[in-house]
Amino acid sequence: MSATPHAAVMLRRNFKHIARNPTAVFNAVLMPIIILLMFVYMFGDAFDVGVDYIDYATPGLILLAVCYGLGSTATAVNSDMTKGIINRFKVMDVSRSAVLTGHVVASLLTNVVAVAALLGVAFLLGFGPAAGPLDWLGVAGMVVLLGFATGWLTVALGLAAKSPETAGLASVPLVMLPFFSSAIVPADTMGPGLAQFAQYQPFTPIIETVRGLLAGTPSLGTALVAVGWCVAIALVGYLWAGATFTKRA
Amino acid sequence: MPTSAIAVSGLRKTFKDKVVLDGIDLDVRAGTIFSLLGPNGAGKTTTVNLLTTLTRADGGTARVAGHDLATEAKAVRAAIGVTGQFAAVDELLTGSENLQLMVDLNGRGAGGRSVAELLERFELTEAAHKPASTYSGGMRRKLDLAMTLVGDPEIIFLDEPTTGLDPRSRRTMWSIIRDLVADGVTIFLTTQYLEEADQLADRIAVLDQGHIVAQGTADELKRQIPGTHVRLRFATLAELDAAARVLADGTRDDEALSLRVPGDGGTRSLRTLLDRLDEYSLTAEELSVHTPDLDDVFLALTGRTAETTDRTTETEAAR
Repeated sequence: MSATPHAAVMLRRNFKHIARNPTAVFNAVLMPIIILLMFVYMFGDAFDVGVDYIDYATPGLILLAVCYGLGSTATAVNSDMTKGIINRFKVMDVSRSAVLTGHVVASLLTNVVAVAALLGVAFLLGFGPAAGPLDWLGVAGMVVLLGFATGWLTVALGLAAKSPETAGLASVPLVMLPFFSSAIVPADTMGPGLAQFAQYQPFTPIIETVRGLLAGTPSLGTALVAVGWCVAIALVGYLWAGATFTKRA
Repeated sequence: MPTSAIAVSGLRKTFKDKVVLDGIDLDVRAGTIFSLLGPNGAGKTTTVNLLTTLTRADGGTARVAGHDLATEAKAVRAAIGVTGQFAAVDELLTGSENLQLMVDLNGRGAGGRSVAELLERFELTEAAHKPASTYSGGMRRKLDLAMTLVGDPEIIFLDEPTTGLDPRSRRTMWSIIRDLVADGVTIFLTTQYLEEADQLADRIAVLDQGHIVAQGTADELKRQIPGTHVRLRFATLAELDAAARVLADGTRDDEALSLRVPGDGGTRSLRTLLDRLDEYSLTAEELSVHTPDLDDVFLALTGRTAETTDRTTETEAAR
């Protein structure tokens, strides 16, 4: 047997991809920052959220930053699938988990970079969280858990899609979902129907958890709901991805 | 060492309610080139996917490199290499990195071939450190095949290896394939080009709508269908008249002063024909034996032509 396990070889490949395709990363990192600037400078004063708008919006935009990275993951996975690269790996007896985990970890890494960049800009704009070290650890944990969960779901979407274009399209709802949550404005200020949707969709508890942590007032109940959603999304993504990987040739 | 590299019996595959392979039987002897010939949608890629363990059959049995496809998939995978319909190279990696990736994943160590050796063999040394996205179609195919060779496979599946290649690259690919067989590898090749099957394959199976409609060497296939005939051209109409009376089963063409006599093109029947002409003191200006090509075979077997687009250019290019 070779010295390097398959999973490590796959991961190295995915990292090389990130390094060689900076536009995808640039997009994932830059877009959330542009949105941050747009909301804080253009609309921020129009929203009355009770606190400084930058303090309100940053937690939501952290989520947005995670979701924005997913489009390129879906496209990358799909192009591996449709170009026959995954078939090649399968015939070489490379395990399903090695191939797919490589993609999930690469996606997660992009997320972490995007969130770090976003936080940097937010601090420059006067973001002043009250969070203590433990709260920050909680935020980091939530971001990684969300990135992991949506990463698996996106890998599944990428595997199932017919072409890289449809794979990109399939990830759009994930990118849009944070907008229809309490990320930008509180859910109870939205119209009827949308308000209820925003209140109960998975991203709202996740955002509220991050927001609570950053404000230094975490709520255990919301956090449990948020973790529950992440675990559910991860599980669906993982099982779906696994089944599609095995079935599709 | 089994003499059959691939033995398939009654292989079936259905997608939803569409039968893609309806019980096919194949036998590929080790160290030969076997070609599965058929139009788009005949089931060629499905057959490759089944035989390379990528999809599971709905019925039938198959042994690849002596291992049962259903129960010993791992052993099958260790013995085979696959080059799919689209060049499955990593475009963001260089040629050399693509090969190194295969070496790292292969883990066979000493048994495998070195990256430098493969680059050299496929004339990719110069482009070795350029990303595969900058490669031409022919170079991608070569890299793809080189990646397949990293694992030193006994059997290589090539799914339409020259589709979309320019004539020069196609010729290069053919010579690479011949070299592989010379090294003792068994090749299972699918193609929609009759010329390609004719040029390369030791045996050909014609696949049409999930059925094997004919199987044999190129020559056997050509002989299987009626249409081999001897064409005699005469100097005058009088001679043609005389010959037509003697060879009553011939079809005459007054304008060309020629007579088409059915026959299998073998020396015995040819001698009989010539003897008969001698017997009646007839001489033909010209004699030619016409054997149908694989196009005619395909048409006769399936009622359709295999290809509709620019076959002439491709056939010319192949020569």
